[in-house]
Amino acid sequence: MPGHRTFAGLTLAGLVMFAAAPLWIAGAPYESTMGLIQKIFYFHVPGWIVMFLAVAICGVASAVHLFRHKPAADRLAVAAAELAVVFGLIGLATGPLWARKAWGVWWQWDARLTMALILELIFCAYLLLRRYGGPGSDKLAAGLALFGLANVPFVYISVNVWRTIHPTTSVVPQLATSAPGMFGPFVWCSVAFLVLFAALLAARTRLEAQRAEVERLYLALEEG
Amino acid sequence: MTDVQRTTIAITLAALLLAPAGAAGFAAGSGQPQPPQEEFVPIDQVPPGDQLPAAPLLIGAYAIVWLVVFGYLWSIWRRLSTVERELTELSGRAGGGAQDT
Repeated sequence: MPGHRTFAGLTLAGLVMFAAAPLWIAGAPYESTMGLIQKIFYFHVPGWIVMFLAVAICGVASAVHLFRHKPAADRLAVAAAELAVVFGLIGLATGPLWARKAWGVWWQWDARLTMALILELIFCAYLLLRRYGGPGSDKLAAGLALFGLANVPFVYISVNVWRTIHPTTSVVPQLATSAPGMFGPFVWCSVAFLVLFAALLAARTRLEAQRAEVERLYLALEEG
Repeated sequence: MTDVQRTTIAITLAALLLAPAGAAGFAAGSGQPQPPQEEFVPIDQVPPGDQLPAAPLLIGAYAIVWLVVFGYLWSIWRRLSTVERELTELSGRAGGGAQDT
């Protein structure tokens, strides 16, 4: 089946890239002030990039479901919301490990970190609503996803607008010129995350489609 | 709603409510309270007793990423297997029903 082959191919490619990532990362230069711990950057930042992408997909698909009543868009939104939580968890778990060494604290209730946590909680709420909300929860959850999407620009620019100990958004866009040795491993890891994300999104969307088919068959059997 | 579902909701809500308090306590750390630091101190000038080795934190971070990715892959595989088994069974029943009538 083509769906299975795509999923298996993408997953394998993503995992191979993940397995090779430490070789790239080990060859990257050390950052002058933080030293070894800065290498968490190569998984932490791509994790958040993919999380934002998942939130964007969930938000747009939710809007399509809300205004155009497309069940396929709803299935995509559920899949993307779950992945937003998974990759957000990676960002929220790796960040404190980096912060403990670089800042001396595990956590700081500043604008960036707090808003990122709120974004994660919004999508946890989305999944709980879908799981336990009962009939009509798809529309409520879609509205919640739009709020989640609206939160993303605030999370992104928070480091430039408010006082925070988190680095500003200029670091990554300037990486190719400011630290070319770090740019290659960063791109490699980002592509690995994106490939894995595509595989997981395809599989999770397929799961939702299968569940919808099961529901349809149950209804058909009850009516028959 | 089953008892397992109710328990899961209760645990999740409790974890979400207690997380800020736990994080604050964890950040405060144990031992004697230290006077607040007023200025930036480069990492190589921090007393050796206050320095943390970076390698365990780095390895821990990568281990978390691998665990989360593999855990999620396993979870999707398990759920897909279950639903596909159910789908096959239902399709068989629907086909059998159609043949009966």
